Amino acid sequence: METLANLALGFSVALSPYTLMLAVVGCFIGTIIGALPGLGPSNGVAILIPISFALGLDATAALVLMTSVYYGAMYGGRISSILLNIPGDEPALMTTLDGYPMAKRGEAGNALVLSGAASFVGAFLATIGLILLAPVLARVAFLFGPAEYFALYLLAFCTLGGMASNNQAKSAIAACIGLGIAMIGVDSTSGLPRLTGGNLHLYDGVDFLVAIVGLFAIAELFFFIESHGKGSSIGVVLDKVKIPWKYIRETIPTMLRASGVGFVAGVLPGAGASLGSFLAYMTEKSIAGEKGKFGTGVPKGVAAPEAGNNAAAGGALVPMLTLGVPGSGTTAVLLALLMTLNITPGPTLFRDNPDVVWGLIASLLIANVVLLIMNVPMVKIFVKILSVPAWILLPGVTMVSTTGIFALTGSYFDLLMLIGFGVLGYFLRKLDVPTVPVILGILLGGNMEDALRRAMTLSDGDPSYLFSSPIAIGLWIAAIAGFVAPMFLRGILKKPQAVSD
Amino acid sequence: MTKTLLKALMTSAVVAVSATGVTTTAASAAECIAPANPGGGWDFTCRQIGKILFDIGAVEKPVQVTNMPGAGGGLAYNTVVAERSDDPDLIVAASSATTTRLAQNAYAGMTADQVRFVGAIGADPGVIAVAADSDIKDLGQMVEMIKADPGSVAFAGGSAVGGFDHLKPLMILKEGGFTDITSVKYIGVDGGADAITQTVGGFTQAMTGDMSEVVSFLSNGDIRVIAVLTDERVPGFEDIPTAKEQGFDVVAVNWRGLYVPKGISDARFEEWAGKLQQVADSDAWAQAMKDNGLAPFTRVGGDFQSYVDGLVSDINAMSKELGVLQ
Repeated sequence: METLANLALGFSVALSPYTLMLAVVGCFIGTIIGALPGLGPSNGVAILIPISFALGLDATAALVLMTSVYYGAMYGGRISSILLNIPGDEPALMTTLDGYPMAKRGEAGNALVLSGAASFVGAFLATIGLILLAPVLARVAFLFGPAEYFALYLLAFCTLGGMASNNQAKSAIAACIGLGIAMIGVDSTSGLPRLTGGNLHLYDGVDFLVAIVGLFAIAELFFFIESHGKGSSIGVVLDKVKIPWKYIRETIPTMLRASGVGFVAGVLPGAGASLGSFLAYMTEKSIAGEKGKFGTGVPKGVAAPEAGNNAAAGGALVPMLTLGVPGSGTTAVLLALLMTLNITPGPTLFRDNPDVVWGLIASLLIANVVLLIMNVPMVKIFVKILSVPAWILLPGVTMVSTTGIFALTGSYFDLLMLIGFGVLGYFLRKLDVPTVPVILGILLGGNMEDALRRAMTLSDGDPSYLFSSPIAIGLWIAAIAGFVAPMFLRGILKKPQAVSD
Repeated sequence: MTKTLLKALMTSAVVAVSATGVTTTAASAAECIAPANPGGGWDFTCRQIGKILFDIGAVEKPVQVTNMPGAGGGLAYNTVVAERSDDPDLIVAASSATTTRLAQNAYAGMTADQVRFVGAIGADPGVIAVAADSDIKDLGQMVEMIKADPGSVAFAGGSAVGGFDHLKPLMILKEGGFTDITSVKYIGVDGGADAITQTVGGFTQAMTGDMSEVVSFLSNGDIRVIAVLTDERVPGFEDIPTAKEQGFDVVAVNWRGLYVPKGISDARFEEWAGKLQQVADSDAWAQAMKDNGLAPFTRVGGDFQSYVDGLVSDINAMSKELGVLQ
């Protein structure tokens, strides 16, 4: 009952016409920011913070605007993943795997509506989870030390091998390239710069967004130039947009499971939405097995990562609000926003600032409904963008994403790096090496290394420390199973196929 | 259909332009560079000081704030040294992190004498905290435990190895007569709150950080602060003893202040120092400090420059000993 009373308080704060307007504006801007490669949710929110100061918004209004942008970007990221095979932001990476093949098959509208619905389910369940479980879940963070985090990241990498179905060795190579790139920058354990060549621009490491836009958008542009504008994979058959009830019904169990997986990944500080969508996708893939045809454009492959990443986005708010530990890049920026508004997130936030917390939760629920409404009817507009010929669309996307990258840092160096990644992406694709594991290596490699090095510092280099808790052992078993199982399953599953041939 | 695309492009252009628009500078107004993204400590320094400078009439036009993130402040430092070394209207936010990195040669060879440190007007006191149920009762006991077995107390802090949070317990240990500082365990995590999480979870035994990072955990009863690293007990937290009164003469605060380019005239340097003193004396700044958990810490002009010089050489010596610097 107390929860309901609190929620009523939250809605009384968030449901004024003015804040509702801010929510709608925030959702719209967020969707666009998410959809544009080069502007991720964390950068979108970071860019808008000075604007909210300039507008003189009070704490609640600023929070409503920023969380709408945050959730909006989570929704928007899928659009370019599905339509262009270029992820709009990091968490939308996994959506390209099945979303784009679906769109190529002429089901772009279905994929967009389905992923919109999955996003809604994920975000909605995560917000409910946040309301009911925040104080309890906050304690989970105390159970995760360096050894547990290392095992968690290991689990992610062990399941990676099964992702590219054609050649596991190539995806392993790709992951290693990503891990190598993740090493660039100041090493947080020793404080010394590595692989920077003394260049100050490399001290902060390589931004994921630069890598994503380079490997996907710029590489696509190179292919386009090479083929003189023919043969580009961009350009998808347009279909009538109807609500694909059949797909939505079929994928409900997937959405529910993916929301659970994503939410838990989000709650763990430092794991974040990318890991959430990745683990959600891989879980569903292993449940469906080889017959599930993941990677060829199946509805479940679209629903799982979208429910997962939106649930993780909600889950990431749990440690941020209850402990002041951001669970992802974007929540780190939201945390900074709260601090500038003189609100210190932490264990006492729920007690000291109930109006802020419950206003935030209410605005999340509002934003989620607004986004569902905005994303289902308006999906037609996004699909229509497709009919723009590739020779306008591709340079347009490149221009916007380049501007976006430049706006982040104001540094020409990132643009050079962007082109470098474009060249890398071009050659990798020529060699038929998948680029998704490269990005995952960059995204997760740094965190994984930090966890390992911290574990080694605490244990004086004793490797048995890595198996010192039940949680760590459980994650290790899951990781080994995830790595080994596909090898055996493949043998079992291939035999009947050989007979039928 | 092309229209839709155009609309999308235009919207994004507006977003991009407004983003950069905030950070462009009018020629004659003063500019404050925050060497980080909006929202952090340096951004706060620029925005608060900039706003108060204008409100109390110390500058004629509103101070423009430019965010220049990169290399932990190194990119901004490089810009000031290489491109704007005689700009009289430029101020740059700085803190203990700036001097720590300079002392450790983390700005690609640039040194602290390439700019002038004009003043600090507030500080976040350093603290050492343990989990509420920890056996460690005070600083003396902790130092004795480490003397007996250096591996028995592992520290977590929000800065990298060799960073300011790492140096705090080492300064205390050196005061306590323990010299083998490389044997002390320290892990650098993502911020003070994360360090507390690791300590409450029992993965590390003590947390080293700033007062503002521990306040909410303190009132929740998760942790105990065993020492604050200031000259006097901090107002509002009178029950927390200083390291000094426990017999360890260590003062380590994360000061918030400004530096200016080296090439400006002495008169202009003094002028900025005077303006900063005005801000420090204002009611608005007193309120801003209270809201953000800062303690008063005012040192301006030549006085501050010599404080910074001392700090840099101390940290430099300790970093060499630690092995984070050759």
